[in-house]
Amino acid sequence: MPELTLDKAALGRRAFLKASALAGGGLLLNVSIPMAARAASGAHAQPATLSAFITITPDGLVTIVGKNPEIGQGIKTSLPMLVAEELDADWDKVRITQGDLDPKYGFQMAGGSTSTPTNWLPMRQVGAGARAMLVEAAAKRWGVPAAGLTTAKGVITNPATGKTLTYGAVAADAVGSTVPDLAKVPLKDPQDFTIVGRAIGGIDSPRIVKGEPIYGLDTRLPGMVYAAFERAPVFGAKLVSADLSAVKAMPRIKDAFVLQSDNVAERLVDGVAVISDNWWIASQARKALKIEWDNGEWASDSSAGYAAKANELMGQAPKDVIAKDGDVDAALASAAKVIEADYSYPFLAHVPMEPMNCTALVHEDGSVELWAPTQNPADGQQGVAKTLGIKPEQVKVHLTRCGGGFGRRLTNDFMSQSAAIAAKMKGTPVQLIWSREDDVHSDFYRPGGWHRFRAALDAQGKLTGFDDHFITYSTGGQVGFFAGMEADVFPAKFVPNLRYGQTAMETRVPMGALRAPRSNGLAFVFQAFLDEVAEAQGRDLPALLLDLLPDEPAPPPHPGPFGPQPSFDPHRSRGVIQKAMQMADWGTPAPAGHGKGFGFYFSHAGYFAEVVEASVNERGQPVVHNVWVAGDVGSQIVNPSGALNQVQGSVIDGIGQASALAIEIVGGAVKQSNFDDYPLPRMPITPKVMVEFVKTPNPPTGLGEPALPPVLAALTNALHKATGKRIRSLPIDPKLLV
Amino acid sequence: MAFTVSINGEERTLDVPGEMPLLWALRNELGMVGTKFGCGKGLCGACTVHVDGQATRSCSLPVNTIGAKKVTTIEGLGQSEVGKALQEAWLDQDVMQCGYCQAGQLMNASALLHRNPNPSERQIEAAMSGNICRCACYTRIKTAIALAVAKGGKVDA
Repeated sequence: MPELTLDKAALGRRAFLKASALAGGGLLLNVSIPMAARAASGAHAQPATLSAFITITPDGLVTIVGKNPEIGQGIKTSLPMLVAEELDADWDKVRITQGDLDPKYGFQMAGGSTSTPTNWLPMRQVGAGARAMLVEAAAKRWGVPAAGLTTAKGVITNPATGKTLTYGAVAADAVGSTVPDLAKVPLKDPQDFTIVGRAIGGIDSPRIVKGEPIYGLDTRLPGMVYAAFERAPVFGAKLVSADLSAVKAMPRIKDAFVLQSDNVAERLVDGVAVISDNWWIASQARKALKIEWDNGEWASDSSAGYAAKANELMGQAPKDVIAKDGDVDAALASAAKVIEADYSYPFLAHVPMEPMNCTALVHEDGSVELWAPTQNPADGQQGVAKTLGIKPEQVKVHLTRCGGGFGRRLTNDFMSQSAAIAAKMKGTPVQLIWSREDDVHSDFYRPGGWHRFRAALDAQGKLTGFDDHFITYSTGGQVGFFAGMEADVFPAKFVPNLRYGQTAMETRVPMGALRAPRSNGLAFVFQAFLDEVAEAQGRDLPALLLDLLPDEPAPPPHPGPFGPQPSFDPHRSRGVIQKAMQMADWGTPAPAGHGKGFGFYFSHAGYFAEVVEASVNERGQPVVHNVWVAGDVGSQIVNPSGALNQVQGSVIDGIGQASALAIEIVGGAVKQSNFDDYPLPRMPITPKVMVEFVKTPNPPTGLGEPALPPVLAALTNALHKATGKRIRSLPIDPKLLV
Repeated sequence: MAFTVSINGEERTLDVPGEMPLLWALRNELGMVGTKFGCGKGLCGACTVHVDGQATRSCSLPVNTIGAKKVTTIEGLGQSEVGKALQEAWLDQDVMQCGYCQAGQLMNASALLHRNPNPSERQIEAAMSGNICRCACYTRIKTAIALAVAKGGKVDA
């Protein structure tokens, strides 16, 4: 069940999916990284640039470019660790700078947990290539063959003579060395790693604890002004007229003007920009705008209406059959026992802590420069070019650190908006800032969904049939972004008679990728329903899973739209399931009033099994005490500190979603507005989260996402153990548990 | 209207409408961007500063209510021993993921340790419950506060 294949509707529209698909393969690793060495001017006195990624100064300071957007996943630290490892640099002398969007760095994106698998080999090759150039320079200096020289911590040694040279001393010479073929440059045996595999703190953290400017919102340019942007609350609404006179007359308001949609919600919607030299003043003035909106036909849409429609559709034949094996109708008809249940989950918002913002400067020649906290800068560059009607090469994107991403910043509407505003004020830098309410009201939401499950057990209790009718959303007849289901969602291929049907209903609510897209909803419904199946069989979920999953390696990779995709690996699945059972002492019941629940999922190339121990308080609210997590993301954890933080954060994120979060649509608009009615998890609910990695001989893969999906079902399954009650709809309704 | 406010020991002049929240005076008037905008309604704690040592949400604190009280922001946190101990503990524990909320977390934690140099785990949780970390680094925040208590929290409390 690889998660990374395409929604057909989105094909060609979303550059980042291409990398996702490739990364899912874990196979496409020899990405071409240019090694355009250029001469250092002034020889020894100047820094020597050995490749697009590596610069070394005479004092031995090594500067490595972090190529991908940093959203808190730690990639600005971990990718340079790969470079430094093969370079044999002294980590204490490594500095890291954020690369802007530039083709010389290869593909730059933070999404799909793809950065580690797609860069694992290329970044090491970059380091090893530069090391070879430095060694060659030293060999020339000494008049000896390069082959016999050794390196460690930024120093080249000739073991025969005991002589040493620092990288700083030969860096300028090395610029003239042969640029090696990176595909053939020798790499270290991972057993010899000294940097990769070490718990290394986030490279920007020393600046962050002092409050230094580092995020997109901290961008300051001479003469910069601030923009607030008013848009219609109802999705798809059009601006009919706007009276700007009162606002324009207010003190310190520099301008106010209408922006017209370019008919792509991912870029620009109708609205009014208010400009001031202080964003709060612009925001206050915004309240005095008088705008007439045409809400169109979508103003009567509501969550209640969607739910009613979904219930109606679930009872009908599915519009599309996504997966079909054997004859599930016959299996259900001849079953000794049929288990039926309906499951659902709501729209969700991303709400990264740093509100959406972007700073744009449109020059007199029409070109634009942006300082953008984005996960997907190349997509933003394309979008801005389309919005402004200029060429992508006229759009320069500077990457800033992002205050969280979670998938929200894969969609770059805030970049197009800021560029469109700045285009009306050429020569003046403009920082567009969204309020938190803007963010909650104008997201690209995790699509909600409904599932009607039926499972057939034969007289021996064996699972012989499995049927799901999934109701999802479409817009203009196209299934929403990450709203469709894959044919190979587990237990497909492991039950003889199986059918996944899918029917979409229309909405105008924009949809997008939220951390572990698709999986964050599917893992809950499938693993919770399988827990019901296991109970009907008189056993528990891990017993059912181990029964369904043969101890066999994965079938060979199968073709995907952009190359081979990894096939689901039952052996690796069993490994994490058994590890989690052992960690949680699964056979031993939880203390009185508590329950232990199990969840397993494969997504973003990672295998995760999780056990939650939970109880219910007097108000019916879930209380999570302990979570045990076993994960398999391949042979190597690049940075164990960052890895543990990602997994623990994912688990708490998932518990928070299941416990309290929902975006509701009323009157075609979002009802929630801020952290009071969209209550994120806080410190007091934080459980103990124990994490172990099962190392297997597979290429390392990403950790931003795959630890999240299993925890939701593990929680509801635990609540069932604790209370005897099934939670089949998220968020958990405490009334069902008191 | 002009206001004079003491920020990190310096007298700063703000020529702003009196109802402007301190957050936007810091960020857009003074260029002090360490204090973060998260929700604008005092719900998330990202904008926490100290006013006469009390943790205060600067997004909801009008400039005209500050008067002679002394404001400390994240840029001034390292001026106190407790603040320094917390900054070191944060790095020691590699607390953060995206880090955006951490200025507010640190300011709230230091206010806690100033008024209660030896908080229990429950007291830490209660005191920190107003600060959201979207990345959910709560376990490490808690551990880092405990570490700062052990190492330096008592120095000038």
